[in-house]
Amino acid sequence: MPENTFLGPSLALSAILFSLGVAGVLLRRNAIVLFMCVELMLNAVNLAFIALAQFHGAGGQIMVLFVMTVAAAEAAVGLAIILAIFRHTQSVDLQNINLLRG
Amino acid sequence: MAAFVFYLFAAAAVLGAAMCVLQRNPVASAMWLMSTMFSLAAIFILLGAELIGILQVLVYVGAILVVFLFVIMLLNVARTSSDLRGPASLGATVVVAGLLVVELAALWQYTPRRLAADIAQAPAFADPARVFAAGAAARQATAAQGVVGALAAPLFQTYLVPFEVTSVLLLAAIIGAVVLAKRNI
Amino acid sequence: MHLTHMVWLAVALPVAGFLVNGALALWRPQAKTAVSVVGAGVLLAAFVVALGVFAGLSNDPSQAPVIVRLWSWLPVGRLKVDFAFQVDQLAAVMLLIVTGVSSLIHLFSIGYMREDPGYARYFSYLNLFVVFMLVLVLGSNFPVLFIGWEGVGLCSYLLIGFWFSDKVNADAGKKAFIMNRIGDFGFLVATFFIWRAFGNLDFAYVSEHAATTLAPGGAVVTAITLFLFLGCTGKSAQIPLYTWLPDAMAGPTPVSALIHAATMVTAGVYLVARTNVLFAMAPVSSAVVAGIGAVTALFAATIGLRQYDIKKVLAYSTVSQLGYMFLGAGTGAYASGIFHLATHAFFKALLFLGSGNVIHAMHQAYHATHSHEDAQDMRNMGGLRQYTPVTFWLMLIATLAIAGIPPFAGFFSKDEILAAAFARGADAPVYYVFYGMGVLAALLTAFYMARLMAMTFFGENRTGERERAHLHEAPWIMTGPLVVLGVLSVIGGAINLPPFIGGHAALEHWLEPVLEPGLRFSHLAMPTGSAEYVLVGAAVAIGVIGLWLGFRVTLGRSIPVARAAPPDRGFARVLSRKYYVDELYDALVVRPLVWLSRVVLWRGVDQRVVDGAAVNGAAVVSRLAGGGLRLLQTGQVGVYVVLFLVGAVWILRAVMR
Repeated sequence: MPENTFLGPSLALSAILFSLGVAGVLLRRNAIVLFMCVELMLNAVNLAFIALAQFHGAGGQIMVLFVMTVAAAEAAVGLAIILAIFRHTQSVDLQNINLLRG
Repeated sequence: MAAFVFYLFAAAAVLGAAMCVLQRNPVASAMWLMSTMFSLAAIFILLGAELIGILQVLVYVGAILVVFLFVIMLLNVARTSSDLRGPASLGATVVVAGLLVVELAALWQYTPRRLAADIAQAPAFADPARVFAAGAAARQATAAQGVVGALAAPLFQTYLVPFEVTSVLLLAAIIGAVVLAKRNI
Repeated sequence: MHLTHMVWLAVALPVAGFLVNGALALWRPQAKTAVSVVGAGVLLAAFVVALGVFAGLSNDPSQAPVIVRLWSWLPVGRLKVDFAFQVDQLAAVMLLIVTGVSSLIHLFSIGYMREDPGYARYFSYLNLFVVFMLVLVLGSNFPVLFIGWEGVGLCSYLLIGFWFSDKVNADAGKKAFIMNRIGDFGFLVATFFIWRAFGNLDFAYVSEHAATTLAPGGAVVTAITLFLFLGCTGKSAQIPLYTWLPDAMAGPTPVSALIHAATMVTAGVYLVARTNVLFAMAPVSSAVVAGIGAVTALFAATIGLRQYDIKKVLAYSTVSQLGYMFLGAGTGAYASGIFHLATHAFFKALLFLGSGNVIHAMHQAYHATHSHEDAQDMRNMGGLRQYTPVTFWLMLIATLAIAGIPPFAGFFSKDEILAAAFARGADAPVYYVFYGMGVLAALLTAFYMARLMAMTFFGENRTGERERAHLHEAPWIMTGPLVVLGVLSVIGGAINLPPFIGGHAALEHWLEPVLEPGLRFSHLAMPTGSAEYVLVGAAVAIGVIGLWLGFRVTLGRSIPVARAAPPDRGFARVLSRKYYVDELYDALVVRPLVWLSRVVLWRGVDQRVVDGAAVNGAAVVSRLAGGGLRLLQTGQVGVYVVLFLVGAVWILRAVMR
């Protein structure tokens, strides 16, 4: 066991970053920035994985690899969607996108 | 020394994240996010995940954030008026994010000892070294096979099927991105 | 071949017949030769198998029942019901009767139904009926028996309404079905009680543990047996549920012979014999069984006196004879009940098939001259002796058998039942009353049978001038089975010859392993010596007197043809209208039920509550809820995210504790 694993501080940092990501998603209307905040949340989770991987073996780190892959895929598809929306409405402001209103 | 480095990068990461959320200009937001990711990469290395730290820089900073910047500039939405939501959203944000922080802050109290006790469901604090045999084994594997080898062996053995599925997912994402982004195919 | 294989083969053969004939009925209804070969062939084969089973069982010295577990059917908690067959001495006897009589009636049907467009359908139903009848007699526990019980009811319904394009026939089928439902309710309740008391539904288990589980004469065993008997009154057409059987004559005549005389309606007697230990432990229920049997025997016989439809006379006669069987079973003489069941199967099937020949001849005659007279009304017959001589002689044999004239089959069985009732009178005097009713019913039986014979075969012919030339005997395929049944009606008594003429009650000894648990509880000291001779003499005398009176009264005055007949008056009218029981049931049950359904259930419950409150109410609630909830659907992603995160925070709160 290494003398300092930073378990608690790492998890707390992960919590703070995740909450900041949530705050960003809630506060911003720009779809691209919103996406960046989602990436921030994914990173926060990655941090938790890494911190706990010190105790649970390589599985946590490998999971981070998968998260990164999925994040990359998500960014590609998501940004392509934003591109298509922008072409349609000339805006990335989510307030202008409300086709689903009941 | 290690503690100093950790808290330094932790502070940088929090600052970067906060600025990313608050900056009006998307390009600035992206830049602040990049600083957060660099800090996180440093922390990863500090936590013994050297390979992940490197990949964090390569994939997140090198690929994903660049794509973000590319799209921002492509759409030319860099100079916009503030896109922050109104006071109602601000209230909701404070409440929801505040509650989330309060809830997750409980994680601060986690020490390896306590985690071991929780996991072993032991009434007293157990010895983490014995509970987390997997972690110890991973460290031994790292010592024996090197950072990459210790990760590659389980990735291509235990996690082979998810790994292959992920490659299919990436392929689908590529095709999907092309189909969505291209005007006329 | 081992016994266990033969048992399932006996059931599988008619199943195969049903499937083949059913397929032919759907796709090749004109392939009548194939239908005949398959339909009758599987039954003959099943009869051979039944003979094998019987031989195998009689060679088995242990006399223990052979239980064939085919598969586990209902393994639910403590309830473990196997789909299993049980062959013991009683089941073997029933197996022989069912397959034997069925084979003969299938052969007869080849001739009788030859011109019918639904020929293949008819034989597929008939095969299916035999399947269920065999399941009924072979089932090793109450639920499996109940499959057969319900299945024969279904086939009865299908065959009563065989000519369903006529509404009267379809209604008769429905009536039989509904009346049987009431009885089935009793059967099911009894099954539930038995499950509650024993925790097991196997016949073997119940008869073995009844003595230790239940208190003799107690409330539980009385309730079980009374509910079982309610089932029997439905299936075996006893008071108060007998009214469906006369209406069931709407079906083809061979069906009446097979289902509504020889086999299905005797299922109730079989059930009482099967659960004899329970009935023996409940003297009150046994008295009820015997009483209902005696009253039904007398009541139905009086109605039979004034019926003009030849099949209706035989139908009431069947109800009456079934009453005899229950009198025997209720008295504790289960073997005598089964004995009468067997002989009755012979002579009543013979009577029905003979009446089928008569109707066949009458129908052909009327058909040839395009007349619309009633081919079943005895007032249109008369003097048929010279046109259908074979049928006449065979029906005469059956008449003598049912009237209890020695040495024909019915004499021995009926005499045994009456003697048993008389013997039981020593313990419980009410049985003397039952005995008296039985004797009176025997007199009436002889009378109405003589009336039937006299109106049909004697006197001058009333069919009509032109029609007379077309009257002729049925073909050999129809008379052949009758000859076999005639022989059985003569010598059938030999299976259980009483000791006083040198027999040794073979059937009774054969059934002893099955009936022994019941006999342990209520031993019956049969009369011997001079008392026995007096009883026998009285029975014979009554039969002879009844026959003589019947012929004399009927032939003593001229009979008008149906068209010109004056309506009955006085008590005769009450009899010919069947005591107005149908009208009574209609007024007491049917019309209140229709009123309840129409006014309360339809206009009230269905239209107001179900349609108004439930259906429209649900629509209104969904519309209001939708109108409210659509306000949440703003189209704004931010709102959705907030809602989603509120949920996430809430769940996290629960997880983090």
